Amino acid sequence: MAVDVDPSPTFADYAHPERLVSAEWLLEHQGEPGLVVVESDEDVLLYETGHIRGAVKIDWHTDLNDPVQRDYVQGEEFARLLGSKGIARDTTVVIYGDKNNWWAAYALWVFTLFGHEDVRLLDGGRDKWVADGRELTTDVPAPVPVVYPIVERDDTVIRAFKEDVLAHLGNPLIDVRSPEEYSGERTEIPGYPTESALRAGHIPSAASVPWARAAAPDATFKSRADLEAIYKGDAGLKEGDTVIAYCRIGERSSHTWFVLTHLLGFENVRNYDGSWTEWGSAVRVPIVQGAERGEVPAR
Amino acid sequence: MSDAQLAPALAEIRDDFLALEQRERLQLLLEFSNELPELPERYQDHPDLFERVVECQAPVYIFVEVDADDIVHLFATAPKESPTTRGFASILSQGLAGLTTDEVLGVPDDFPQTLGLTQAVSPLRIRGMTALLARTKRQVREKTAAA
Repeated sequence: MAVDVDPSPTFADYAHPERLVSAEWLLEHQGEPGLVVVESDEDVLLYETGHIRGAVKIDWHTDLNDPVQRDYVQGEEFARLLGSKGIARDTTVVIYGDKNNWWAAYALWVFTLFGHEDVRLLDGGRDKWVADGRELTTDVPAPVPVVYPIVERDDTVIRAFKEDVLAHLGNPLIDVRSPEEYSGERTEIPGYPTESALRAGHIPSAASVPWARAAAPDATFKSRADLEAIYKGDAGLKEGDTVIAYCRIGERSSHTWFVLTHLLGFENVRNYDGSWTEWGSAVRVPIVQGAERGEVPAR
Repeated sequence: MSDAQLAPALAEIRDDFLALEQRERLQLLLEFSNELPELPERYQDHPDLFERVVECQAPVYIFVEVDADDIVHLFATAPKESPTTRGFASILSQGLAGLTTDEVLGVPDDFPQTLGLTQAVSPLRIRGMTALLARTKRQVREKTAAA
């Protein structure tokens, strides 16, 4: 049974306000049956240094990625993972994390691949929680394991593969990496040179909208009006567009996928998780360098 | 890999990690993270001396000092929001403490991969520690050449 949505007027303008909760809401509902809070960070140890009381940890790398193939875990591992965290199929899951909810949004996107229905983000994530001086604890909860059904991952709706991107050319693409990565000055994100590609630049016609533009200085999401100005104004997206977002490995672009899908209400947004580490190393795919979007090559 | 090359403190740290279960290894890394010493006062206002380890996912800065007795001192700073990186820096700073320049240069480059952390932390994150070690050695080489 789902837990009440956060009625906060802050979220009312978004297309799907039920996808966000505030710290006040969380404190009010903490410990309620049917609610599990999940912390998902870039840094694998951050949870251990202190987390929201009752929150369980899910790590994007060690829990959600397949350890061998470049893919996400399969239905069996996902079921085992969620069951062990006390998450049932109808549990309301609230995810929060560091860096503007970057990895939290990634986890939410993976949950969505498995069709987990009620999954929300704590607006502002870990950063705002800490900045507001709220309590953190090092007590690790021991959730009672539950049975989560084995669900086959659905990669057809919100996930795009390289072939899908090639077929999509001519339709809107959003490149959420830094301007330097977009123009091709560098193949990796500033500070993250360990995940590189052989070629630099961007997919022809992609609009450059660095992912963090969607976040306000306090790590919450910007208002709907501000987001529309960025994605519909600057990037030129139109109502009803089919959109693919990409970055380097698909994590920053899942943040943008969340914004476009749940805050602005676009219904056909896919995240290309192969992203630049695949495209920039693939043979004979078109690439544009420089600050201009560039033309889609004739086929 | 021969242990002959590995400094006793580093070998001990490695053995401590390997003796633990995967999850406990994270706890030990957290302990190292908490033990990363504050910079000595003489370096606190000298960000100019420090080199950013850009291969790490968090802002970590290192500075190597070689004293008159040819002993290497590694100073590192990383924010508390980045405990994994702090842990890596702390392991190296404790493991290299008191070693001579030759001994530091003799530390195998793949030492970070031998700690048994690749599964608990992920190989991608371990690369940050490999870079920390490589940059430390480079600074040692530069400082020895200049001396």
